[in-house]
Amino acid sequence: MIDHLPILQVVVPLLGAPLCILVRNPRAVGLFALLVSTVTLLISCTLLQQVLLNGTLVYALGGWAAPWGIEYRIDYLNSYLLLLVSAMGAIVLVASQSSIGGELPRNRHMLFYTAYLLCLTGLLGILCTGDAFNVFVFLEISSLSSYTLISLGNDRRALTASYQYLIMGTIGATFIIIGVGLMYMMTGTLNMYDLAQRLPEVHNSKTVLSAIGFFIVGVCLKLALFPLHLWLPNAYAFAPSIATAFLAATSTKVAIYVLIRFIFSVVGPVFANTVLPLQEIFVVLGVSGIFATSISAIYQLNIKRLFAYSSVAQIGYMILALAIGTPLGLTATLLHLFNHALMKAALFLAIGGVVYRVGSAQLSHFAGLGRQMPWTMAAIVAGGLSLIGVPLTVGFVSKWYLVLALLENGWWPLTILVLISSLLAVIYVWRIVEWVYFSSPRIMIDEVKDPPLGQLVPIYVLVIANFYLGIDTSLTVGVSKKAAEMLFGGVF
Amino acid sequence: MNILGLYNYWIVVVLMMIGFYVVIAHENLIKKLVGLSIFQTSVFFFYISMGKISGATAPILDEQYQLYSNPLPHVLILTAIVVGIATTAMGLALVVRIQEAYGSIEEHEIQDQDTQDQMESRLEAYGFRKKHALSVRDLDE
Repeated sequence: MIDHLPILQVVVPLLGAPLCILVRNPRAVGLFALLVSTVTLLISCTLLQQVLLNGTLVYALGGWAAPWGIEYRIDYLNSYLLLLVSAMGAIVLVASQSSIGGELPRNRHMLFYTAYLLCLTGLLGILCTGDAFNVFVFLEISSLSSYTLISLGNDRRALTASYQYLIMGTIGATFIIIGVGLMYMMTGTLNMYDLAQRLPEVHNSKTVLSAIGFFIVGVCLKLALFPLHLWLPNAYAFAPSIATAFLAATSTKVAIYVLIRFIFSVVGPVFANTVLPLQEIFVVLGVSGIFATSISAIYQLNIKRLFAYSSVAQIGYMILALAIGTPLGLTATLLHLFNHALMKAALFLAIGGVVYRVGSAQLSHFAGLGRQMPWTMAAIVAGGLSLIGVPLTVGFVSKWYLVLALLENGWWPLTILVLISSLLAVIYVWRIVEWVYFSSPRIMIDEVKDPPLGQLVPIYVLVIANFYLGIDTSLTVGVSKKAAEMLFGGVF
Repeated sequence: MNILGLYNYWIVVVLMMIGFYVVIAHENLIKKLVGLSIFQTSVFFFYISMGKISGATAPILDEQYQLYSNPLPHVLILTAIVVGIATTAMGLALVVRIQEAYGSIEEHEIQDQDTQDQMESRLEAYGFRKKHALSVRDLDE
């Protein structure tokens, strides 16, 4: 049983998804999806434990040995992210039990959960697989289901947002298969481990160069690197709150994983930097992304859109840390990836609670809610503090490592820019605080109160995680460091 | 000579650029999807022609044949075709819903309606009631 865990990680939610359609009762289908995602969470916990004990796990699908068959490889990097994605999948589903009832008609619940589990399957599959083409297949599974999740939003703009995402996402995915195809043409293999060994022989060919170019642009579209982020703000703003919380916490993170895996495990960091000025590109796009989108966030009137822009800015930090090109920099990327998922899941679930009670995510409708929904608003402030990077929160830990990595390389002008950009985060978080605590309520509804416990508990689990992992960093820093050392050691 | 010898890649590149151009340049949502399909199809061609070796047959072991084409890219592209169909179906379904919600599938008309919605919520945020606020349409008239 233990031997088959890498495939069970993907198969359990994959089989759970169509079963959701069969459960007609909206209440039961939610609990069923929660059960499925809890099982995947348990599997990923066991996998991480196994990897920490025994090192990399290799699983040959159907008993076909690699490089002929598809191979699943679980190492420090992906077991860490599997834990993140499946934990977010499960926690968000706890909140969705009550939250989704406020946003979707009852007959759509089963469709929502089907798409949700398929999206989870796709994301977990991308993380597990060691086959380049398989990455594309799972990427499309997760993308198609996220287009569905987004289009389920109440606002009609959800439809255009989903359409926009579909066009951009498909172009990105097609770029990725062009890249994979060109690499296959030169090496005759699709297995990542095998590719890593055969690519050096054909390093000089232009085909390999264009393969790397196509692949990286494709992945950057998926991970919403500025200026390829245009699909993201509307998609997050108009999707149902639960879908936003899940996608914001997981989908762009998994795309960053693909980028890291490709640069470090397939192409090799040295080669990637010699053929393409990746470092310069990532530094420029990362920093300009942080500033441009943080400033856009300040001017948003919809709080979901505000945090969506801030998500793009946080991706800028991750890419900047990645561009440093040292183990410490990569550690910072992986830490921020994990920590940002914690913050954004907490924030979007809290906003989901407000949407559940107030029916809107407009900033003006938050006026005076500090008194009416004290617990939810406290959670938003806590998440905001973490986003700024106040000490004792996870946001501080990852920014600290980012600054350390920048200083280690002597890039102090960039360090200053990073610190200035944190002030921009102070501004947009302060705008929310101002509306929430210092303005009088606009809507006079007496029954506005904190959302039911079913939503408050997952929000507070995440908020406590934000503080706990900000103080006791042994798990996140420990595993991130191990993963970064493994990637730089060239051990796959 | 060499340029003509690689004609399959020329076809791929030309189709790809036509598809990409249509996606970017057209306002009509259906036409965009058509462009997207052409764009994807060019990649299918690319994979299929990649596995072909001239004078080779399908990989059926027989003493008569020495050269075999690689079937793997063809199989891969079967998967990609399925993905392409799913994407197109999803896109068309969205276009139907957009037509129902906006009464148009022209991008700029949809954007106009969205801008108006945004203006109204902006005015509302600054304390105007919806009915008192001037809408973009009123200003046009």
